[in-house]
Amino acid sequence: MNITVTLFAQIIAFILLIWFVNRVMWGPLSGIMEARQKRIADGLAAAEKGKHEEELAKKKALELLKEAKDQASEVVAQGQKRASEIVEEAKETARTEGERIVAAANAEIEREVNQAKEALRAQVAVLAIAGAEKVLKREIDSKSHDALLNDLAAEI
Amino acid sequence: MSQAAEGSEGGGTVEYIQHHLTNLHVGEGFMTWNIDSIVISILLGALFVMVGARVAKNATEGVPGGFQNFVESILEFVQTQVKDSFPGHHPLIAPMALTIFVWVWLMNFMDLIPVDLLPLIASWFGIGYLKVVPTTDLSVPMAMALVVFILSLYFNLKVKGLGGYLKMFLFHPFGKFAIPANIVMTAIEELAKPLSLGLRLFGNMFAGELVFLLIALLAGAATLGAGMLIWFPLQVVLDLGWLLFHILVITLQAFIFMVLTIVYLGMAHTADH
Repeated sequence: MNITVTLFAQIIAFILLIWFVNRVMWGPLSGIMEARQKRIADGLAAAEKGKHEEELAKKKALELLKEAKDQASEVVAQGQKRASEIVEEAKETARTEGERIVAAANAEIEREVNQAKEALRAQVAVLAIAGAEKVLKREIDSKSHDALLNDLAAEI
Repeated sequence: MSQAAEGSEGGGTVEYIQHHLTNLHVGEGFMTWNIDSIVISILLGALFVMVGARVAKNATEGVPGGFQNFVESILEFVQTQVKDSFPGHHPLIAPMALTIFVWVWLMNFMDLIPVDLLPLIASWFGIGYLKVVPTTDLSVPMAMALVVFILSLYFNLKVKGLGGYLKMFLFHPFGKFAIPANIVMTAIEELAKPLSLGLRLFGNMFAGELVFLLIALLAGAATLGAGMLIWFPLQVVLDLGWLLFHILVITLQAFIFMVLTIVYLGMAHTADH
């Protein structure tokens, strides 16, 4: 082989070409490829994380649901208890009221009866005096026998 | 072909082949400029860089499109080769391997263009000689092999140090009792690397080109007449066959050149040898 200037020209051309390729093609493109690789890796990691988070959220949701159910049943139980309490109270109130009314009515009745008795007694005394007056005419002095008659009336 | 047909039988054939294997050159002796090799190789390199720059400029980090995908797959292929064969890391190796692979492939690809087409076109412009495949010019593969050799020297000195490198010459491969033999053996080994690297590519491409020329001669050598009925179809079939086979050869040679470059530089770049 003849060593000629062509060889050196080719050496220079080759070195320049490597430099150009590195500068305009390899550098940018491998950078882009690396960036894409990173993006894909990040995306996969994010997906994995999202999946994990979803699982956690599901678990939490289940927990919350369970808690809510518990609370609801508690509230219902409380409500039922309160309702029965209210019913009980109402019953109590009604009973006392009834008793009160009955007692008042009884008292009224007694009062009326007493009143009637009083009126009756007074009338009996008057009638007795009138009867006695008719039987005895003058013999009975209403004044002197008043005490006696009142006693009688009280006895009836 | 026309020139061959014009010449007398034997002399015409030789002349035809010699004509095709002569570089377009100016100057004599050391100052010989093989203009065709230089221009074509630089044009192909420029084409490669321009296409690469275009792709790199339009490239996206997102989902790559068709051509970007293709370019990226080549890059990844080269990167895999470098990763497999080159221990450690050096930022120069991968772009160098990519350059070698694509550039050598493009230069080899000139072989697939019909052998007479470009010289014929050139002859219309008054250019008498044109050797279209730069890799059939020994200067081109040897230039690359020399760059690889110089780089491997640099790596050897950088990684092993001067002492380590000399030690390799002294004690390799036969140990410390055969120092003179070791020096000779290692020197041969080191020199054989760039030589075989360059000559392999040159030899394959030269031989391939020669076969194309011989196939092109088939119909041309036969005189016009009844012989053409046999020779012309034969030429077409052979040419197509060799063409298809040669697609493999040019790719394989480009690949081999790249891989051996990586391997040689990798050997130079390891400390314990």
